[in-house]
Amino acid sequence: MQVPILKQGAYLIATVQSALTDEDLKQLRDTLVVSVSKVRARGVIVDVTALDVIDSFATRTLRDVAHMIRLRGAETVICGIQPEVAFSMVKLGLSLEGIATSLDLEEGLAYLDRKGKGPGQEVGTHR
Amino acid sequence: MTGRGRGLARRLALIADEVRVPIDCDADIVSARQKGRELASQCGFPTTDLAVIATAISELARNIVRYAVHGEVLVRLVEADGKRGIEVTASDDGPGIADITLALQDGYSTSGGLGLGLPGTRRLMDEFELLSDFGKGTKVTVRRWKR
Repeated sequence: MQVPILKQGAYLIATVQSALTDEDLKQLRDTLVVSVSKVRARGVIVDVTALDVIDSFATRTLRDVAHMIRLRGAETVICGIQPEVAFSMVKLGLSLEGIATSLDLEEGLAYLDRKGKGPGQEVGTHR
Repeated sequence: MTGRGRGLARRLALIADEVRVPIDCDADIVSARQKGRELASQCGFPTTDLAVIATAISELARNIVRYAVHGEVLVRLVEADGKRGIEVTASDDGPGIADITLALQDGYSTSGGLGLGLPGTRRLMDEFELLSDFGKGTKVTVRRWKR
């Protein structure tokens, strides 16, 4: 099951539409890391609203995506983790520490917009 | 006879169909957790429990793919002491677990994973039984009861 990746402005949006196998997850990771520089994206959103399970492998892969994309100079937001999925993740001992998450796509885009305007990005405009 | 065997000795009645999923590859992990979730949903488990059960199945099935290559996941609805629950058994004839105490510790993994599969599954479910013969295979049985 391939995950469609859309370009919107300076951002890439990957919307997971159904359950992903480990192989699908790895492919999503690899595609995102390559695409981010191809389109010179400043931010990536991975929308996982449709996922009813985020287990240890999925968590590790999402974490890798965020770290790899940061190394490529862009930001990642994981959006739409369902409440029962969050519950299971915490019980299992999983976390996405240090990785931006948002309630939904709208919040994720707002986060990236704020990040883009924040200090560090516009060198010289802040003291 | 022993404290360890008490959970097994209790009379468990099978109250509905069971689902048996052979585990040979990645895609079987997804299919096992989806079928397990469906069965639990028929039993009337709330959404949070469905996610918990599906996650546990996912972790157990992945252990089979990662360590034993081939095995199966059996999911069935059970009843005991007037309570209904779901039982998941993941079994394989793989290499077995050399050190069960270590394998149940958070962060311990021999495959480069996060090392949360077994200890995490134990936290997710109400009951957890692990039988492993080093060199012969592993059988993990977990149960979650409807509240």
